[in-house]
Amino acid sequence: MNTDTFEPVIIGFTCNWCSYRAADLAGTARVKYPPNVRLIRMMCSGRLDPTFVLKAIAGGADGILITGCHPGECHYLEQNYKALRRFQLLRRTLAQMGIRPERLKLVWASAAEGVKLAEEITCFIEEIRALGPLDWPALTGERIPVASGFISAEEGGR
Amino acid sequence: MSTEKTTPPSPETEKIGVYVCHCGSNIAGIVDVQEVAEWAGERLKERGVVVARDYKFMCSSLGQELIEKDIQEKGLTRVVVAACSPHLHENTFRTACGRAGLNPYLCELVSIREQVSWVHTDKDAATTKSKAVVSGGVERVIHHEPLEPLVVPIHPTTLVVGGGIAGIQAALEIADAGFPVILVEREPSIGGHMAQFDKTFPTLDCSACILTPRMVSVGSHPNITLLTWSEVTRVDGYVGNFTVTIRKKPRYINTQLCTGCGICQEKCPKKIIDDVYEAGLSYRKAVYTPFPQAVPKYPVIDRENCIFFQKGTCRACEKFCPTNAIDFSQNEEYMTIEAGNIILATGYDLFDPRRVTQYGYGRLANVFTSLEFERLSNSAGPTNGNIVLRDGVTPPAAVGIIHCVGSRDRNYNNYCSVICCMQGLKFAHLVKERTGATVYNFYIDMRTAYKAYDEFYQRVLEEGTLFVRGKVAEVTDAARLPGEDGKLIIQVEDTLAGIQRRIPVDMVILSSGLEPRHDAKQVAQLFGLSCSADGWYIEKHPKLDPVATMTEGIFIAGCVQGPKDIPSSVSQGAAAAARVLGRIQQEHIALEPIRATVDETKCSGCRICNNLCPFNAILFHADRNVSEVNPALCQGCGTCVAACPAGAISGTGFSNEQILAQIEGLLLLNLTPKYTLAAL
Ligand SMILES: Cc1cc2nc3c(=O)[nH]c(=O)nc-3n(C[C@H](O)[C@H](O)[C@H](O)COP(=O)(O)OP(=O)(O)OC[C@H]3O[C@@H](n4cnc5c(N)ncnc54)[C@H](O)[C@@H]3O)c2cc1C
Ligand code: SF4
Ligand code: SF4
Repeated sequence: MNTDTFEPVIIGFTCNWCSYRAADLAGTARVKYPPNVRLIRMMCSGRLDPTFVLKAIAGGADGILITGCHPGECHYLEQNYKALRRFQLLRRTLAQMGIRPERLKLVWASAAEGVKLAEEITCFIEEIRALGPLDWPALTGERIPVASGFISAEEGGR
Repeated sequence: MSTEKTTPPSPETEKIGVYVCHCGSNIAGIVDVQEVAEWAGERLKERGVVVARDYKFMCSSLGQELIEKDIQEKGLTRVVVAACSPHLHENTFRTACGRAGLNPYLCELVSIREQVSWVHTDKDAATTKSKAVVSGGVERVIHHEPLEPLVVPIHPTTLVVGGGIAGIQAALEIADAGFPVILVEREPSIGGHMAQFDKTFPTLDCSACILTPRMVSVGSHPNITLLTWSEVTRVDGYVGNFTVTIRKKPRYINTQLCTGCGICQEKCPKKIIDDVYEAGLSYRKAVYTPFPQAVPKYPVIDRENCIFFQKGTCRACEKFCPTNAIDFSQNEEYMTIEAGNIILATGYDLFDPRRVTQYGYGRLANVFTSLEFERLSNSAGPTNGNIVLRDGVTPPAAVGIIHCVGSRDRNYNNYCSVICCMQGLKFAHLVKERTGATVYNFYIDMRTAYKAYDEFYQRVLEEGTLFVRGKVAEVTDAARLPGEDGKLIIQVEDTLAGIQRRIPVDMVILSSGLEPRHDAKQVAQLFGLSCSADGWYIEKHPKLDPVATMTEGIFIAGCVQGPKDIPSSVSQGAAAAARVLGRIQQEHIALEPIRATVDETKCSGCRICNNLCPFNAILFHADRNVSEVNPALCQGCGTCVAACPAGAISGTGFSNEQILAQIEGLLLLNLTPKYTLAAL
């Protein structure tokens, strides 16, 4: 696919207390960013079940953004550290599946950081645009078993 | 939680209504709302959507009636509203559903304003994204369950932290209404910054005259427990039922016996520079009350500086105390209290002008901070209110007051500290009145909003104070021109006249800005609050909910929320009190039923979840080898839900099914025939 016209689809997981509010704030302040990201609200980044990320990837997302409160500022004291651990684990898992780990990004954004969140989203969209479409087999309509994803690992990953 | 076990919800069994809001032109200006509604009605028909409408203002009563009517006439079982942020109107639409007989939690509000129309410019792309967002909401709402809010009792006691004017006002309002208050203050006395001032703008009321009676009321109020020289060290629980641990530092004074006569302070041989109350301009003793009108009247012994504690001998205070009230054997005490609500009013710190090195504070003797000047001009201060230079005797012949020190400056703080212009005018008036000196105010813009402020500015102008518009480049003692010897020279570009000026003066006063307390972040964490980028505590809504916070049951008042003057601090103290009183009088509060629950039949007893919960809400039943969540302690973060390897824990309101379905919806995997995303 031509990367010039390629419009990536990105699923973003946000925390109700910080990054979702940052997204709201970006809106209230009319800060602009490209429309390629679709956000999901959770109560905490600690709610991030790794299967959510795999589900989104398998479902056709080209990149996944995980956002949460800055370390030490979690509304639930320390759950964002758990998100951080899962993020690192997920990156390795993705690599083993032949998917470039850069397709998963973690951003800390406080409720006050609307501008920062918008900048990070913009930047991530461009990173994914440069990586090109993930083109996961599920997109073709038939669901191919995950194992066949390994084939591309040898080609350096998508 | 559904009462009867029926077939799991599915598109076949649900009747979903979709409502797309124009929000005037806020959404409709960028998103083709009509197309989104039509699309949802057509393409999501197989997903259970039976009606899809667009309307100018969904939140208006007409918009809400639209939903209610459809619920009643079409028998809707789920509702999706695509409009603004759930933080704004989730409650509105849930309530509307409730009125029509649909469980409020079967309604989902998805944001196409804050997250689409306000942040995107391409109309087609914004319309497409809105469709995906609606689709995500539809898929999610299929899996919603009817829920009942958790109703918890509200403990009638309120904890107020910080005894400045904001905290004092809040405490008095609640106590006067007949409810118990515990007021915790870190210093030996309440009063805060206001206790340091001589006069207050714009009326020039004597600060002590208006503050002291309030302090006395707090000290003697039957409903207020005053804990000074104390700090909160731990906060557990949630709205209605906080358990708070307070550390009471030892006073080394038996307050039952002490009469506040002050003899100990007279006899104590150890003098220490008083950096807090006297802003470093004067001394206090090792045993001290910060100021004569202190409440409570009992002194404290400052252990670090007490000769007895440091060297083992002295005990002068003990010898002279007529009531034997000195007690060196006291230890710090920890006490645990219960409170239903908490008001934080911990105020501000003054910006340290040493950071603006070119203004010479700390290097040039006769450069003063604003707080130092407050003490200098205070008739109860170190000079008895005589405005003199650092030598303690010479009155200044010319004084320069520099505005915006550390404020409205990219190098320090971008924000305006609000009070400094008025405080600069107050100083100008006091200097003129008491010394007759020539006074210059160096300002960027004069900001004299609010009642009677601009009139005060006019008055100071008429009194002959000179105003130079421009940001001061430097204060120096390096004389270059005749008449500059022994003076401080203020180098400034006069932007109205368009010339550079060097103005020699004897005294410079820096209108330092206000900053969040040095420990504001730690205190915020203790109470589970968030700070703005500048460090001020964030209110729930900047316009409509200025004293509530995102943490239920915790309110903020005064400068802890942002720089403000005394009238605004008092208003916020009263407002926070009113919010708390409203709740106490209800006796109960309904909370979002977002909680985790363990399905015992699935739990393998691995205990992985046990240590993950920051609130210790998960207990393990060794006899049955299963874990259980205590709903009273669970805050609903969902971390355990995500971690359970057996998938035994589910989170109400944010279940796996709901989130996975929303992902499918957002990616439009729900559409048949299959869409490729790019084609949409
Ligand atoms: C030089 C100067 C002059 C001013 N002049 C005027 C004027 O003339 N008119 C006017 O309207 N406004 C004036 N102001 C503004 C005024 O000072 C504030 O509006 C007001 O004092 C704010 O009150 P507060 O209760 O919010 O905070 P503070 O006065 O700062 O009180 C906070 C209290 O909380 C306590 N505290 C802090 N942290 C903790 C903790 N962790 N635990 C327990 N206790 C804690 C502190 O010890 C303090 O007692 C002036 C400000 C300055 C700097
Ligand atoms: S993690 Fe899951 S299986 Fe393990 S103890 Fe907790 S609830 Fe039971
Ligand atoms: S969701 Fe789980 S981890 Fe989070 S507060 Fe509740 S019991 Fe604790």
